[in-house]
Amino acid sequence: MSVLANIAGAQPVEGHRPWPRAVVDEAGWVHAIDALAAGQWTLSGLWGDAGCVHMAVIGADGDIAVLTYACHDGKFPSVGAKHPPAVRLERAIASLFGYTPEGAPDPRPWLDHGVWGVTHPLGSAGPAQERVPYTFLPVEGEALHQVPVGPVHAGIIEPGHFRFTANGEFVVRVEERLGYVHKGIESLMAGATLDRAAQLAARTSGDSTVAYSWAFAAAAEAAMQLQAPPRAIYLRALMAEIERLANHLGDIGAVCNDASFALMHAQTSILRERVLRAAEACFGHRLMMDAVVPGGVARDLPANGAQTIRAFIADVRKVFPRLIELYDKTASLQDRTVTTGIVKPDYARQFGAGGFVGRAAGRNFDARRNVSYAPYDVLTFEVPVLEAGDVNARVWIRIREVEQSLSLLEQILDRLPQGDLRVGLSARGACEGMAYREAFRGDVLVWLRLDAGGRVARCHLRDASWFQWPLVEAAIENNIIADFPLCNKSFNCSYSGHDL
Amino acid sequence: MRRTLLESLTTGALTEPAPAPDRAALAELAQSLERAARARLGRSLSIRHVDAGSCNGCELELHALANAFYDLERLGLRFVASPRHADVLTVTGPVTKNMREALLRTYDAMPDPKWVVAVGGCARDGGVFAGSYAVAGGVNDVIPVDLHIPGCPPNPRALLAGLVALLETAGARKR
Repeated sequence: MSVLANIAGAQPVEGHRPWPRAVVDEAGWVHAIDALAAGQWTLSGLWGDAGCVHMAVIGADGDIAVLTYACHDGKFPSVGAKHPPAVRLERAIASLFGYTPEGAPDPRPWLDHGVWGVTHPLGSAGPAQERVPYTFLPVEGEALHQVPVGPVHAGIIEPGHFRFTANGEFVVRVEERLGYVHKGIESLMAGATLDRAAQLAARTSGDSTVAYSWAFAAAAEAAMQLQAPPRAIYLRALMAEIERLANHLGDIGAVCNDASFALMHAQTSILRERVLRAAEACFGHRLMMDAVVPGGVARDLPANGAQTIRAFIADVRKVFPRLIELYDKTASLQDRTVTTGIVKPDYARQFGAGGFVGRAAGRNFDARRNVSYAPYDVLTFEVPVLEAGDVNARVWIRIREVEQSLSLLEQILDRLPQGDLRVGLSARGACEGMAYREAFRGDVLVWLRLDAGGRVARCHLRDASWFQWPLVEAAIENNIIADFPLCNKSFNCSYSGHDL
Repeated sequence: MRRTLLESLTTGALTEPAPAPDRAALAELAQSLERAARARLGRSLSIRHVDAGSCNGCELELHALANAFYDLERLGLRFVASPRHADVLTVTGPVTKNMREALLRTYDAMPDPKWVVAVGGCARDGGVFAGSYAVAGGVNDVIPVDLHIPGCPPNPRALLAGLVALLETAGARKR
């Protein structure tokens, strides 16, 4: 039974594609919260809009719907009160829109650090209020000490703060504080042309630029009831798999490097560089930024492009099996990764954790298969799933996905159709669209409303990291502080994609 | 493991010749450096990096500088973990208001003489994020910048060319 059929009095909204959206009353909203808390549905997004909040859910049968609740006096019943994965999303709504989740367990601001010079920038913006020091969660017990880390870290990574409380070497709690790279992307998108908004989407998380561009383009195309040409769709998938491959290769080496096994890092970095050079040769940019645009793609594969890609596929196939063997047979490395940083399958399911974080802990979800968008609906691939949920499992999921991506790239090249690269876009009146795309770290959700003139009225981008970051806190418990970088790298959550 | 290591010894180096210093960057730097500072540093610079709000694209390319093809350290350039050990601060991203203070504190923690390299289009003027309520501006709006390396993101060759230019000027031979 579909999600909305369960809710009495749900008012369907016209012009929302491809999945339905409905306005629900308080009883309907509470029904949804109960279904989430009971584990029947999965929370896939929760965001603010003018005068209301939207919730994207995935039902028991995998059907997708958006529920809208009109805020009364700027309030809505808290989802986080009964369903913890919603807590940070609600805190973000409170920071950006000023709406109050009634009954919420955690009233602290999330993205707003008190220095914007404005409050509730996406709602009824008000003047800045006096800056209140941020209070971390209390800890009790004997012989505890705290270690504050960040926002500036020792390596070349993104900024965020981690507050460790430890007993000796053992972490009893880590609390994340994020929002440092909040750039106000959703505010910049409001009123922007599609071209400008697409550029912003492409820079939401640079490592997933293709996935974001594709998700944004697909949401716009769904809203405007357009189809990108077949060749463009295949080229998008080609770029998405190159992106996945480059990131996974980089991650596998980087995880090993954080266990002080530099040889693997050196070897996978060579493979990653070869992949990026091929991307540049084929699409004019190493990360393929701005190559996927609403309506199609901006760049075609050059005449020798297929040859370039097949050459690096051969390169990777030659070296990679030996590296896997090296990973699997180095006892000192296994000692660091096996049973370290365990995500319990229950948490992965409850949080709807996507990507290798979820799949390493038994959550069998991949947007390429579960949402099944073209061209993956006609391609053959496996979705690897493990149960252990430790660093080792997250490495192995990546290893298997590298193999799958190589096979997908070959299938795409074999089937690549000829034809146009882009269809023209023209305003078709106000409309709404949403899309999921599987980035290397998990599913990206883009929700988009266009105004009558074809400009962006509201766009929400939800990174997979929203449902993975909280699990880092759970996974590190009872591990030693020195293993935190290893655990964190094995998650490789996005800061920029989360902070927006 | 032994096979992999042995093969690396016999297959020749992947490392490519370093690019010539970026001419434009050289001109920009010539104005910002003093002779006294040059003499002190020799031909080696320690770099501390701060992401002040980037999308992470620039960080990926900075990471690539360490791979076998570019091998940054052979040029006497290395990334260090603390600003107190650093001569050069590389900064990416538009500076978000939430990162402004952390950037200032990092800069203040570095000993003199020091140089600031703004990496990428956002670091110059905020790039596509300019004008947001959450963005303080380019790096130069917060701390003085000695060199810009353009690009979105700059590729490793561009990064290398910019840093080599810095080395040529900042680290010009000790006598």
